[in-house]
Amino acid sequence: MFPTPIEKAGPFSRNTYRIALPILLVIWLIPLIGVMMTAMRGAGDISNGNLWGVPSSWEFGNNIWDVFENTPMLQFMLNSVRITIPTTIGAVALSCMTGFTLAAYKFKGNLALFFIFVAGNFIPFQILMIPVRDLTFNMGLYDTVTGLILFHVAFQTGFCTLFMRNFIRALPYELLEAARIDGASEFKIFWKIVLPLTRPAIAALCVLIFTFIWNDYFWATVLIQGQHAMPVTTGLKTLNGQWISAYHLVSAGSLVAALPPVLMFFMMQKHFIAGLTLGASKG
Amino acid sequence: MAKTAATAMPEYTRRQSSWWRRNQARVTPVLFLIPGIVFFSLYVLFPIFQSLAISLYEWDGLSPAIYIGFANYVELLDDEQFYTALWNNVRWLVTFMLALPIGLALALFLNQKVFGIRAVKSMFFFPFVISQAVIGLIFTWFYEPNYGLIAPLLNLVGLEGWAILADEDWATYGIIVAGLYPQIAYCMILYLTGLNNISSDLIEAGRMDGAKGFSMFWNIVLPQLKPATFIAVIVTVIGALRSFDMIAIMTQGGPWGSTNVLAYFMFETALSEYGYRMGYGSAIAAVLFTIMLVYILFFIWRMYLDEKRGL
Repeated sequence: MFPTPIEKAGPFSRNTYRIALPILLVIWLIPLIGVMMTAMRGAGDISNGNLWGVPSSWEFGNNIWDVFENTPMLQFMLNSVRITIPTTIGAVALSCMTGFTLAAYKFKGNLALFFIFVAGNFIPFQILMIPVRDLTFNMGLYDTVTGLILFHVAFQTGFCTLFMRNFIRALPYELLEAARIDGASEFKIFWKIVLPLTRPAIAALCVLIFTFIWNDYFWATVLIQGQHAMPVTTGLKTLNGQWISAYHLVSAGSLVAALPPVLMFFMMQKHFIAGLTLGASKG
Repeated sequence: MAKTAATAMPEYTRRQSSWWRRNQARVTPVLFLIPGIVFFSLYVLFPIFQSLAISLYEWDGLSPAIYIGFANYVELLDDEQFYTALWNNVRWLVTFMLALPIGLALALFLNQKVFGIRAVKSMFFFPFVISQAVIGLIFTWFYEPNYGLIAPLLNLVGLEGWAILADEDWATYGIIVAGLYPQIAYCMILYLTGLNNISSDLIEAGRMDGAKGFSMFWNIVLPQLKPATFIAVIVTVIGALRSFDMIAIMTQGGPWGSTNVLAYFMFETALSEYGYRMGYGSAIAAVLFTIMLVYILFFIWRMYLDEKRGL
């Protein structure tokens, strides 16, 4: 292990570490702590410059209530859910199939096809913006949740295929061979053997895609205009324009918007990190 | 009549199922690939070429497009905004790389087994999970010179009322710092995983040979972190070149275009109150695409070598 385990170090370094760790953590989280504290203040504290002190009155409940009561925040949150969940299911389903095929079959152009999926994942959004917007217009899906979902599913398929293909490739190939000798059809192999084994990968992908899509800002700007379909990221930006200097509300709104991915991360931490670091650990 | 139909039916289905059985091994992969390929082509592959084509036209999105050859690119060469954006992309690229050493330092610091370290690690990772739009909002208000959280600090060092995001020279760095916050967390987690996979034998062997501290880190640990570094470089470069959300939230490219980057400049040209210049916007996108293509091809090339070694 590197660096040397702290238990083996002298009492001085051990104690220094014990003190430094929480201090560093607090410094690191200052932006987030600041938001949380501000969400608890009233408007008076902010205009009086009481930014870091104890709030003169605890207004957290009122602020959150204010956000939901006087803005379409609830609608934005629901829209985000309506966009995020179908996208996650769609992209993961498509990439289970493409990932399996690219991992389990040898055919001409396999690697080329795989690399196209990988490359597509890294391109700048701007090179897609105008044609995708036109396409969505022409399908009559501009300013709808469906239009945004279709694009997200297609784009995320690139990343998900990279992920699934590498995961399935690491499975023992003899398993598929044995099933084939037993007369199982390819579809059965996929459904009964490969899918159950890829459960951890599917879980990791779901958490990652959920977070990516929940946090998407760009495509929501390009493909959505009205509040009826706007997700929470662009919604919050709109609200920010209305809440001039009402930082206690901005903070409360930000907390609400950030909560679902944060909860997701805490519940599925292991899968999340396994997903993000795939590729970083091997090779 | 009825009887022949009844006997013919199973014959027919049997023949069909046997065709399926004979060919399913070849047909199934194709069927599995079709939906993914169709979606990906429609929304990702074709649009790249469409954009490249649009960049050769003068088009406002409504009236008929007029072919003008490379005139958009020629115009770019004379556009001061373009150079500002390009230069800011360079600043992003270079400064964003700080995420690697800082992330690595944090990872080394946190790579201990003390009580509660798991919880601490996940708290450090926190900023990555939060939307860039939200982080952008938080930092915007952070930087607000009178009501922002930075105000007491500014007063302390005698920079009262300094509005970073309104300062042409510093605004971009203000945004980059906000962007670094989640990116450092990302690099940290990549390095933590990398450190987990370090061979303890090599560390022990190094200790036998008297390697300690920095020489141990430099000669034995860092080489083993190469895969993590590779991924960290790629995601950081792509992240720097993709930077859009924070700029849109924090400054909209201002003050006077000084925080513009290619990604935002393109959006602004094609889809904002400044007009609907689709052709010109596409030309900007094409430039950004070309820059990123260098990194993408590098990444693919590395993957290709890995694949060849693996086979």
